[in-house]
Amino acid sequence: MITGALRETGRLFALAAEVGRAVFRRPFQFREFTEQFWFVASVTILPAALVSIPFGAVIALQVGSLTQQLGAQSFTGGASVLAVVQQASPLIVALLIAGAGGSAICADLGSRTIREELDAMEVMGVSPVQRLVVPRVLAAMGVAVLLNGLVSVVGILGGYFFNVVMQGGTPGAYLSSFSALAQLPDLYVSELKALVFGFIAGIVAAYRGLNPRGGPKGVGDAVNQSVVITFLLLFFVNMVMTAVYLRIVPPKGG
Amino acid sequence: MGIEVVVEGLTKSFGRQNIWRDVSLTLPAGEVSVMLGPSGTGKTVFLKSLIGLLKPEKGRVLIDGVDMVNSPEKDIYETRKLFGLMFQDGALFGSLSLFDNIAFPLREHTRKKESEIRRIVMERIEVVGLLGAEGKLPGEISGGMRKRAGLARALVLDPQIILCDEPDSGLDPVRTAYLSQLLIDLNAQIDATMLIVTHNLDIAATVPDNMGMLFRRELVTFGPREVLLTSDEPVVSQFLGGRREGPIGMSEEKDAATLAAEADRAMPAAPRVIVPQLEPSPGLPPRRAVARRRERVMSMIDTLPPAARSAIRETYARDAAAATVTAPVAGSGA
Repeated sequence: MITGALRETGRLFALAAEVGRAVFRRPFQFREFTEQFWFVASVTILPAALVSIPFGAVIALQVGSLTQQLGAQSFTGGASVLAVVQQASPLIVALLIAGAGGSAICADLGSRTIREELDAMEVMGVSPVQRLVVPRVLAAMGVAVLLNGLVSVVGILGGYFFNVVMQGGTPGAYLSSFSALAQLPDLYVSELKALVFGFIAGIVAAYRGLNPRGGPKGVGDAVNQSVVITFLLLFFVNMVMTAVYLRIVPPKGG
Repeated sequence: MGIEVVVEGLTKSFGRQNIWRDVSLTLPAGEVSVMLGPSGTGKTVFLKSLIGLLKPEKGRVLIDGVDMVNSPEKDIYETRKLFGLMFQDGALFGSLSLFDNIAFPLREHTRKKESEIRRIVMERIEVVGLLGAEGKLPGEISGGMRKRAGLARALVLDPQIILCDEPDSGLDPVRTAYLSQLLIDLNAQIDATMLIVTHNLDIAATVPDNMGMLFRRELVTFGPREVLLTSDEPVVSQFLGGRREGPIGMSEEKDAATLAAEADRAMPAAPRVIVPQLEPSPGLPPRRAVARRRERVMSMIDTLPPAARSAIRETYARDAAAATVTAPVAGSGA
């Protein structure tokens, strides 16, 4: 049981290392990359935008009500913005990349595996990792980074709208508290998180897709597991990255 | 000329379940070999081990100096380019048309121009009789066509070693006969080493130069076709006769009591006749493997069992007689 879990973890890391090596191996599969990039982007952009508006609103309302009770209402803008940029945005991106993009990648690779397509590819001397997995992982990472920017903007706009229109905050206070607290490293760490989450989502989806257990039902299970495993890993990694960031980057307000 | 494949002491298990152990054999260069065996004896696993898709725990598979079991992944990938493997159900890429499927190895491994690729691919498509279907997706054609497309894809890089996994499954007897002829014609044209895994008795009787059989986790025998075809080993004769009486049971093997009960009411098995091997279609060059095999078999004939020995002598005597009969005919025609 324990050795089984360790073995799976080890093989997951081995795949990650192999992908890391294969990224630099020629020839780069540019066409596959473009197709996958377009595919992942097309399934995630709209849901990401739609999720981020209410998410920004919820943070604005919640933080707004708290700051109101504390008498620090003028800081609502800064606080909600930091929460959106640093935490909410990369997580929304990660959930969508894993849930919409990763599940599709896993199902695609899984069905190819049980149809022996990947074996056939290997027999023809073509590495499926280089040919199929690398473009997918890179596409997931690229879309995650770009999507993160979109979600941050939409989330901040949503928060601004709810704070100013619904809670009667003033635009000036919102913006000035924003620039008082926010700094560029917040954006950097947000994008870095998105990049790492995209990588994890891509690798886990590919790993489960390459190793489905027993026929078509195994592919369904693999998709399910890949999403669950990705979520678990993402939240854990997010915690670690946040803790490290708060340690090494001094807060602007302090 | 094809490449010799040497298998030494191969043992493979999945978890605690042993598939076969200590399998040693040599596929002679350029000759056609058949591996027989009841369903579920690990024939496909054996094929996949030869090409390095599965890793046996023990033993070696030597091809051109590269061990497909233990060598670094890089060498194995390089050596695989010598292979053409025909999968049981084709294993075509579902998102690509037949043409793109068959062109895939060329586009990956060569820098040929698109017109050149088109020429080669259409040539192969014609060989397997799929002209007109090249634009279809694998999902839109029958199982037999998928199989033939899989064969075309396996052939496109002019492989030195061709492995066929149950080429007959899902094909009617007529198409199986055509496929048998196609395999022999291919061997005459490109002189590749071939291994066919099957449980089809027609293919087994007419196609190979050499035959082997897997049963009860072991290689029962491997050698010139006459050895297996004349063998009086119970497993072999049961299998070749397609009878219920014998050591092979429905699930796996039978216990001693059932075997003894069967022995009491055993009918004498009909004597097996050795059917002549298929010849390449008229107009094709003779198979170069025939001469090599003859030399090889004659040099080892004293080590073979008596029945096989006389069968081999008979076959070659008949061939010689046929040659002298046809020679004057050819002469008179001129």
